[in-house]
Amino acid sequence: MNQTKKSFLERPGVQAVGAALICVVLGLLIGFIVLSLINPAGAGEAIMTILLNFMTRATTAAQLKALGNTLAKTAPLLMCALSVCFCYKVGLFNIGAPGQYEAGACAALFAALALNLPWYVCILFAAVAGALLGAVSGILKAYRNVNEVISGIMLNWITLYICNMVLSSEAVKDSTSPYSKDLSQANPSSIIPSAGLGNLFSGNKAVTIAIPLAIIAAIVVWVILNKTKFGYELKATGYNKEGARYAGMKEKRNIIVTLIIGGALAGLGAAFLYLTNYTKWETTATSVPGMGFNGIAATFLGGLNPIGTIFASFFIQSITDGGSLIDRMIYPSQISDLISGIIIYLCGFTLFFKYIMTKNKAKRAEKKIKTEKTKEGGNA
Amino acid sequence: MMLLAQYTIIFASVLSLVALGGCFSEHSGVINLGLEGIMVMGALGGAVAMNLFPSTNAFVMILTTVVVAVIFGMIYSVLLAFACINLKADQTLIGTAMNMLGTAVATVVVRSINTSTDPNNVSTTLQYVDQKKLFLVNINGFEFNWFMIIALVILVASYFVLYKTRFGLRLRACGENPQAAASVGINVYKMRWSGVLISGFLGGLGGIVYIMAGVSEWKFEVGVAGFGFLSLAVMIFGQWKPHRIALAALLFGFFRALSNVYTGFDFLAALNIPSQFYNMLPYIISLVVLAFTSKNSAAPKAEGIPYDKGTR
Repeated sequence: MNQTKKSFLERPGVQAVGAALICVVLGLLIGFIVLSLINPAGAGEAIMTILLNFMTRATTAAQLKALGNTLAKTAPLLMCALSVCFCYKVGLFNIGAPGQYEAGACAALFAALALNLPWYVCILFAAVAGALLGAVSGILKAYRNVNEVISGIMLNWITLYICNMVLSSEAVKDSTSPYSKDLSQANPSSIIPSAGLGNLFSGNKAVTIAIPLAIIAAIVVWVILNKTKFGYELKATGYNKEGARYAGMKEKRNIIVTLIIGGALAGLGAAFLYLTNYTKWETTATSVPGMGFNGIAATFLGGLNPIGTIFASFFIQSITDGGSLIDRMIYPSQISDLISGIIIYLCGFTLFFKYIMTKNKAKRAEKKIKTEKTKEGGNA
Repeated sequence: MMLLAQYTIIFASVLSLVALGGCFSEHSGVINLGLEGIMVMGALGGAVAMNLFPSTNAFVMILTTVVVAVIFGMIYSVLLAFACINLKADQTLIGTAMNMLGTAVATVVVRSINTSTDPNNVSTTLQYVDQKKLFLVNINGFEFNWFMIIALVILVASYFVLYKTRFGLRLRACGENPQAAASVGINVYKMRWSGVLISGFLGGLGGIVYIMAGVSEWKFEVGVAGFGFLSLAVMIFGQWKPHRIALAALLFGFFRALSNVYTGFDFLAALNIPSQFYNMLPYIISLVVLAFTSKNSAAPKAEGIPYDKGTR
């Protein structure tokens, strides 16, 4: 029979998308149940607001502007997700992405406000800062056997406080508020250029070339992982460290290089947000920014595929923004975090969902063989 | 000085409780990275219990708070057990999801409670000023907290259970070599479920102790500030052994306490180091300690690997 041709449900792409859709639907369903428990009357409307986000605006112009804001925040999220995705392919769980993101924000803002550098240099600063932090985790993992998850979490907190310390300096912090200075006044050359993209979104100034840059980064990550010898070596290290060493690869170097690249990606992500002047750093922050953690959600929802991650990042950012639009007097906006949390939890079951999709087919095939065998037995 | 000792001991109690939780889970073969989330849920349970069932009797108040916190922690740990033991999901991923989910759930619940009592109150903070006083006994300026005794009792009990009982031996066997354990008739699934549920019990308890350690109100948006992970560092530094965990917890607790009380010491205040540095200190110490102790780790051999009956 046609054993070479896989049935529709068995194709890996279809399975990945199917599993992601199951996660999303279940996540939204549970979110809806929670909303109904708080206040059943507006629950349906609230869940639709979360889901539709910018579509709920009244005019097309306003919709475009809101879409622009969501896209501006999708770029950094995508970079964090790529960071997690890249490292996961090499068998490393980069939960240090939020810390690398903080380091990137710190370096970018410092370069922009204290050193008065142009945007492309600020971006480099951010990448290097993130990479350095990644290197710390990598070296600890490769040479001292410290689990990258634990070191990542510790570094997230350490970097948060370092950032607050560095960015509290006179040159960076606004003298009247706990936030960093406004880039458009202090150093306009440090703002990432819009190149006319903003005009497409009703003149939204937050829309810059950072968005296409992030998408290009996703494609580059995909090419490195799937089409280069370097990527193959990294993946081999992830599958089997001992095997990679036996085959002559430098497994320790590979671990460190992976986390350096992951760190640089997350660091760039921060530059892509803070250098658009959309938000400012709060120097009294006491919690690690959620961007890096949402990156983990986007990665797994994207089926650990850099291209899938683009869409997943947009979805996660969109429901996060949608969450801030619901009626705050009735529902807490953190309901979106809850939905993303549930989605990541369900992503852990992806293997199980895929198994179910393949099992039905396998069962039928088994039955067929059995009946054929009994027939043969009867003939003999 | 008294204050430093008091904070050191209370933080050490939290760290040892949660680290022991991680210890039980890992000895059974399941890495519990969700301890942070479990702590948040325990804290939520305890804080809600104190708010909904306030009592003036110290014994009743302590009992209800502890029981509710522990139940919340255990129920939440079922998420980990079901996903990682029955569905063989990635333990790191599930743990991370639980941490994110824990803070989100707690925030949503607390906000709903606040808004339902006062429609204009959209904060995520719960207060327990009067209730907290029932937990404390003032002995010559040292604020003794009943949780300290509870932590000590649990520490001794954990040592006894892990090393002196049949259950402990079997639990550890499942973490070292589940196939060998199964071959002599031990139900590995049941053992791992017990390990995770015990970690839920201890993590939940640790959570409520943590949020009552220094303050009388808690903003649930911040979760438990990486304390679950600090506890894991304590557990690794303690080489998965209760008596060493206790010592490690005291060391880490001391540095955590410093950030609360350093202004009280003239020579430390004179150094003029920013407060942010003291906040960083416990995390830096744990990184340094881990760098020097992880090389020869005594981690259970089969931890992190889903048990599959089919593989022998």
